[in-house]
Amino acid sequence: MSDNIATRKAYGEALVELGRANPDVVVLEADLSKSTMSALFAKEFPDRFFNFGVAEADMIGAAAGFAVSGKIPFASSFAVFCTGRAWEQVRLVVGYAQTNVKIGGSHAGITVGEDGASHQMNEDLALMRAIPGMTILVPADAVEMKLAVPAAAALKGPVYIRLGRMPVPVLFDGDYRFEIGRAAKLREGKDVALIGCGIMVDACLQAADILKEKADWSATVINMSTIKPLDRAAVVDAARTCGRVVTAEEHSIIGGLGSAVAEVLGEECPTSMARIGLKDCFGESGKPAELLEKYEMNPQDIAEAALGLS
Amino acid sequence: MSKQEVESKSSAPAPQGDTVSLLQERARQIRRDIIMMLAEAGSGHPGGSLSAADIVACLYFHIMRHDPARPDWPERDRFVLSKGHACPVLYAALAEAGYFPKEQLMSLRKLGSPLQGHPDMCKVPGVEMTTGSLGQGLATGVGMALAAKLDKSPRRIFVMIGDGESQEGQIWEASMAAAHYKLDNLTAILDFNGLQIDGPNAEVMAVQPVADKWKAFGWNVVEIDGHDIPQILHALSPDRKAAGKPTMIIAHTVKGKGVSFMEGVVDFHGKAPNKEQAEKALAELGT
Repeated sequence: MSDNIATRKAYGEALVELGRANPDVVVLEADLSKSTMSALFAKEFPDRFFNFGVAEADMIGAAAGFAVSGKIPFASSFAVFCTGRAWEQVRLVVGYAQTNVKIGGSHAGITVGEDGASHQMNEDLALMRAIPGMTILVPADAVEMKLAVPAAAALKGPVYIRLGRMPVPVLFDGDYRFEIGRAAKLREGKDVALIGCGIMVDACLQAADILKEKADWSATVINMSTIKPLDRAAVVDAARTCGRVVTAEEHSIIGGLGSAVAEVLGEECPTSMARIGLKDCFGESGKPAELLEKYEMNPQDIAEAALGLS
Repeated sequence: MSKQEVESKSSAPAPQGDTVSLLQERARQIRRDIIMMLAEAGSGHPGGSLSAADIVACLYFHIMRHDPARPDWPERDRFVLSKGHACPVLYAALAEAGYFPKEQLMSLRKLGSPLQGHPDMCKVPGVEMTTGSLGQGLATGVGMALAAKLDKSPRRIFVMIGDGESQEGQIWEASMAAAHYKLDNLTAILDFNGLQIDGPNAEVMAVQPVADKWKAFGWNVVEIDGHDIPQILHALSPDRKAAGKPTMIIAHTVKGKGVSFMEGVVDFHGKAPNKEQAEKALAELGT
């Protein structure tokens, strides 16, 4: 396994590659280009990079204006600002207007760390899921992010891509296949299905090892990198095979992956399940590892939740 | 102003270039359509539609390069009605220009109609941006103007905002960005009729001194009588642009203009005329 890489870094690099391949790609930013890594694009394509300052609502509106002028805008900021502060702009001129706008929300989740709860966005997936027609991608590592960005550009319509601040292990190799709307089954088991997204996919893989060691359970592990449209068939299939489901996300247990999976199972295949994530609370300042431990989002928490299912 | 003064140098279709008297007639027709469609719908916003009618007529029938037969022509000029509740004026102008049949106006606000209560660009040819939630149109115009610059295209972007709408913070975010990026291809028009739902701007939330605000934000500011066709044409003409600066036309207007019992009456911001009122209004506007 190679060095850890933050998905935001892969996002910035992917934008540069996309910019080289497609002259219609423009990148918009709200004064956080060094953090979202859109600065990499700005350096290579200064004429196609537009900073809007600390004005996320304006940035989203301008992105819609670019989109209806034939451009493919990627608007980046912290997840809390581009999906939270500018939510109603995203709803109207991106969602309702069905404009071809791509939104990159960085510093999502609790592993933002020391900046504290004001900046730890654990509600972005819930906010974006509620908007009709929004595609939502949460790549698990740098390899997947590099595939997700061009896939988002190729898809006509609104896309939200979630980016993380913290360097995370690279899980996939060059053979990894990414397709919007398709879950990736990383391990096949029969006792529990662990369905994760983002950095929690790695935690699910580790949880599967713990379960094997502690209880001789075999776990199916699914990387659900597309939150919407959700791969319903993959969820139902895993639930039928395993009879137990645990979801894991760096997000509130309300409105994100866990909710999406629960909705599908409730309607199609009622299954004993547990949700790992922020339990309807805000985070706080601290080191990412400390926060993951305190808020019970580590591999052992996933494993324990699985073993607690009937 | 003569037609030649506003003709584009590009190969694009020239503006239709109606004369002043023809534009007055277009505005009168648009006002009649506004009254008829709102009376038929039974709800909607007459006041701010009527106040904008002369400006919208000048844009669609003299100033803008556009082609109703090709609403997706990439090099067309764009008009964004940021004060989307005034969409009857936009629908009436688009129908008058030939984007869709006039009979369709009577489907306003009805189930299944493309003519939504606020403009939906996915449903109506000629509507350039979905609006209705105030404060957002100018930002989208900034994006369109930046894209035109990037394309080295002569297309111009026009955005109409309201005075009550100017209380939205996003207007000023977009104002700052337009000046920062030197968007001299962007013209905003403030339909300054002085009234909003809850009453006069001055009582609800003062917007004055509005010209000073836009000047301070780095815009080229022009003040006109928003019902005087020659003044409107002069203000919108390309030669009134200031190099390197976006232009704000502060158009002093009368809410409900053209219908005596609606003029300056706050209640007609969002109340449709009943059948009797509509007949009286149409009689005043003339057949």
